[in-house]
Amino acid sequence: MSDRLEIRKTFKLVINGAFPRSESGRSYEVQSAQGGFWANAAQASRKDLRDAVVAARAAQGKWWSATAYNRGQILYRWAEMAEERRDELAEHVRASEGVSRDAAQATVSAAIDRIVWYAGWTDKITQVLGGANPVAGPFFNFSLPTPSGVVVVFAPQDDSLLGFVECVLAPLAVGNTVVAVTSTTRPTPAMVLAEMTETSDFPAGVVNVLSGFVDELAPHAATHGDVDGLDLSGVDEGADELARLAAGTIKRVYRPRPLEGDPLRRLRSFVETSTVWHTIGQ
Amino acid sequence: MDSNLPSTLGSFSYDPAPESAAIARLQSSYGLFINGAFTAPENHAQFATVNPATGHVLATVAQASDADVDRAVAAARHAYETQWSKTTGAERAKYLFRIARLIQERSRELAVVETLDNGKPIRESRDIDVPLAAAHFFYYAGWADKLEHAGFGPAPQPLGVAGQIIPWNFPLLMAAWKLAPALAAGNTCVLKPAETTPLSALILAEILQQAELPAGVVNIITGDGSTGSALVQHPDVNKIAFTGSTDVGRLIQERVASSHKRLTLELGGKGANIVFDDAPIDEVVEGIIDGIFFNQGHVCCAGSRLLVQESVAEEVTRRLLRRVDQLRVGDPMDKNTDVGAINSAAQLARIEELVEWGEREGATRYDANCTLPSEGFWFKPTVFTNVDQSHRIARDEIFGPVLSVLTFRTPEEAVAKANNSVYGLACGVWSEKGSRTLWVAQRLRAGVIWANTYNKFDPASPFGGVRESGFGREGGRHGLEAYLNV
Repeated sequence: MSDRLEIRKTFKLVINGAFPRSESGRSYEVQSAQGGFWANAAQASRKDLRDAVVAARAAQGKWWSATAYNRGQILYRWAEMAEERRDELAEHVRASEGVSRDAAQATVSAAIDRIVWYAGWTDKITQVLGGANPVAGPFFNFSLPTPSGVVVVFAPQDDSLLGFVECVLAPLAVGNTVVAVTSTTRPTPAMVLAEMTETSDFPAGVVNVLSGFVDELAPHAATHGDVDGLDLSGVDEGADELARLAAGTIKRVYRPRPLEGDPLRRLRSFVETSTVWHTIGQ
Repeated sequence: MDSNLPSTLGSFSYDPAPESAAIARLQSSYGLFINGAFTAPENHAQFATVNPATGHVLATVAQASDADVDRAVAAARHAYETQWSKTTGAERAKYLFRIARLIQERSRELAVVETLDNGKPIRESRDIDVPLAAAHFFYYAGWADKLEHAGFGPAPQPLGVAGQIIPWNFPLLMAAWKLAPALAAGNTCVLKPAETTPLSALILAEILQQAELPAGVVNIITGDGSTGSALVQHPDVNKIAFTGSTDVGRLIQERVASSHKRLTLELGGKGANIVFDDAPIDEVVEGIIDGIFFNQGHVCCAGSRLLVQESVAEEVTRRLLRRVDQLRVGDPMDKNTDVGAINSAAQLARIEELVEWGEREGATRYDANCTLPSEGFWFKPTVFTNVDQSHRIARDEIFGPVLSVLTFRTPEEAVAKANNSVYGLACGVWSEKGSRTLWVAQRLRAGVIWANTYNKFDPASPFGGVRESGFGREGGRHGLEAYLNV
């Protein structure tokens, strides 16, 4: 079989539950860590990003109004799908990151376990971050964590699968919809995972995944008026400038810190606290 | 009673019931409060702070220069490193309890100073601003030795030096909102009061001295926007907390984007007050009045967009206009006054400009039937009907006693109109039907939702916005997050 001409796959984008190529008609070649052709990936354009934001906005109400139990089930379903295709994921991690098969398998295990961890948060976060407030008056007053809305994520460049999972699952678990841009040079582990959203019962538009170039997409995401949050984990140079651009619409911006004081910071980063006062009386 | 009958309430006259301005015991000029002591006023350029109800100068205060900001930050840093970070939570708590008590003890003086400097009715400064300021210190005092139980990990740490910039609408209360959680969490502070309302913060500085708070833990520097800007850009500040306009908030977020400073912003709003047809109309009318005319409408969370269900719109509007005519507008020092003075000439000009737009774009204007004092800055309570969502008076924050009335038919439409704003600070919902109220509350993009009430505040209740109304919360357990390294 060694002389069989292989079938080369082009990884497409995930936008609104469909798998389009970039509207720009562009793709780029992805190399393995050792060098050499690994796959073709669609090169998302600013228009693709805009389309994805439109889809994410439209889906946000549906995702948030689903029960927390249901959202947890869907995220867990994603983990089930990933477990079934774990060898495929591991092969992509191995090729992308240049690690041993065992290390790649360990990364996949950690990523899947992390999805499960976040799946469990959907119906806990309200109690952990919210609560009743004892105000001095005849009011029932309570605070709930509510999603910021649409979050655009630039996933880490090196940590192609586990980093992607952290960045995407945290905003999803608290009710945001997500437009995620994968690692530019190592997009395929995340794209394989993204393909599985098709069979995990996600409403269309909840998870949108783009491969492409940060320089091209990020300024547009930072200034987009219908994007509420921006995760700059995958941006090294230029993150300050993007954070500055994001100020134009008072976006919530997540940037990694050397020492994280609270493991829940990712979950807190894209939630708003909504406080309701209701009168008490006869 | 036939609600078409003219009200007879206007025929009752009230005797004047003035509070005494002498209680304020104001000095003629003030220095800066740095490292536990007031600097000599003559060492700084001075600017006047006026009583907006008369236009007369109350006192002059120091214009803090860049060098002054630097000294204040250095004092805060030194106090943080050498003292405050080594003070136990239990000891910090006791300082805050002391401050809370002293605010209570000097409450009458503080209320008078606040009303003189701000123009708000003495009834509000006496019953709301000052008691809430004391309550805020009291609330956060109790957190200082319980931070490990606040849900931010087992040993949350303070950030260091916090730079805090506050607005002129609730001068003392905003100072309390900023200082109390910051100090409880173990930070030291440099506070900049608003240019037009510096005085109550300077009285608070005296209170900090009385409480024997260690020198440098809180520094209070007066000045204009350049002072705030210097504080924002100071390299040795770890945290900026700002309350004010969205435009300035945007600039601050831009400026700290390339630093490691933490930031919380409490910005503008265009609150929707939604009235369903089953709500008790008398209570609704009072709620609408409180929502927009409280503090002359100088409230970021003011219910400045009234959304009334069509079936009761006529009735609600008629009763509302009748009620507006009953508002007692005038001398803020009179205990019977409902609506006081506009805080400054600049704010008055902004209100006048936007109201002019309201007329130009075709809305129908109604001015309260009242007489305004001849000197000072004043604006009649104003209600616009026939307002479209595209009108500037339905989109821009006016920050004055101006209400825009719009209508809706269905709950879906009410939610869509309420959310049709870049802001998302507060909303009101009026209905007797709890399930509908909660349905609406779930869908509103707002940080605070008042159901069958409006403009209620409490130190235990988180306050803050979504979208372009800012981020971060003040009040409650949530308010600690802004001052912890988490």
